[in-house]
Amino acid sequence: MISIVNYGLGNIQAIANIYRQLNVPVRIVTTAEELAVAERLILPGVGSFDWAMTKLAESGMRSVLDEVVVSRGRKVLGICVGMQMMAASSEEGALKGLGWIDADVRKLCGTDGSGEVQLPHMGWNDVVPRSTGGLFASLEEGSRFYFLHSYAVRPFRDEDVLAVAEYGGDFAASVRANNIYGVQFHPEKSHQWGIQLLKNFAEL
Amino acid sequence: MLKPRIIPCLLVKDKGLVKTRQFAQPKYVGDPINAVKVFNEKQVDELIVLDIEASVQGRGPDYGMIRNLATECRMPLCYGGGIKTVEQAERVIAQGVEKVAISSAAIDDPDLIGRLAQVIGKQSVVVVLDVKRNAAGGYELYLARGTQPTGIDPVRFAAEVSARGAGEIVINAIDCDGEMSGYDLELVARVREAVTVPITALGGAGSLKDIGALLARFGVIGAAAGSFFVFKGIYRAVLISYPGPVEKEQMIQDSIRA
Repeated sequence: MISIVNYGLGNIQAIANIYRQLNVPVRIVTTAEELAVAERLILPGVGSFDWAMTKLAESGMRSVLDEVVVSRGRKVLGICVGMQMMAASSEEGALKGLGWIDADVRKLCGTDGSGEVQLPHMGWNDVVPRSTGGLFASLEEGSRFYFLHSYAVRPFRDEDVLAVAEYGGDFAASVRANNIYGVQFHPEKSHQWGIQLLKNFAEL
Repeated sequence: MLKPRIIPCLLVKDKGLVKTRQFAQPKYVGDPINAVKVFNEKQVDELIVLDIEASVQGRGPDYGMIRNLATECRMPLCYGGGIKTVEQAERVIAQGVEKVAISSAAIDDPDLIGRLAQVIGKQSVVVVLDVKRNAAGGYELYLARGTQPTGIDPVRFAAEVSARGAGEIVINAIDCDGEMSGYDLELVARVREAVTVPITALGGAGSLKDIGALLARFGVIGAAAGSFFVFKGIYRAVLISYPGPVEKEQMIQDSIRA
């Protein structure tokens, strides 16, 4: 059973729809009580860092979320800002992050052939997993995902980077620290590649 | 490598889809949800949905419709129409939309852009500029579905909204709308030079060649179109289409190499 954490942000219904079509049991959780029994979670997100952290705090689920993920070690997948929230802090905001992964969140920067890259990084980009199987099973080659962000997670340990994408230099398109997974792109909006990734997460 | 975005732009009126010419003569082209289903199958890069009546009628967004569209969309969705406040934009995002577009509100209340960026994030704030050529060979920003000139230079305004926190600028060339005779490349070039955020051209695409010409000149850019994706043939029979993955990739390769 996949539990999608509904704290008011992110495309919850689109994620739920994909799981329903895959015949994977899915539910949307909105209270601490429902969250407490979650076996596997998705933390979605669209928006700015501080707004997302504020909405999560207001939802009343923050402390139970910490307990389920950190103490009980349930697998969690953070999407976009949902992934950035897992870091300790972000250059985009003043609030502290969840601090589940040893990382900070920094503004993308770098250059391509025509100078400084445009921000936000917006559109479909190639994602290259660093290993086979797992979250990126059957996505080892030629997979593309939709990105919409100006900031990216920068893990302090290079081995926590699960996949990279290139935009004015490589950045972490996906991270993993034990039971905690994150993707910077939007799998729920990335056609067959995104469906495969969400399926993989359910099967981990 | 980041790819150019090829984006169908759908116009909603009376809960149905319409297509206009130079912002007039709306022609009914079908049901929005059906169109989204077809575009899912065709794996489009992104979708823009604009409610062309909301602001004109002075009403807010139709959240029920937005939720239905966002739930069906397997690709990112940008919604515009009737958004005047941060609360409305927040609520649109909560329906499952990735980006919100504002147009008249950006002109009436430019401060709104910064406030939106602070809450929903710069990446989700899109400003649509409705632009007409003027007699002097320059360009002018228009309001109220192209009926009301503002005297504002769209290029300067693009720079301003970009500085205020817009994450994307959609350049909607009114003269080219529905004409299917190519983008206004000159207009796109002027805006491109003025801003560093991603831009999307809208208005005029009638063929893959027209999109190719845009990509050849500007590289990674958003290429949006209405008529090209909803009409077939000189009699404008309604048929939703989108280039297949191989055809699209080939067009991108050819254009960017050219």
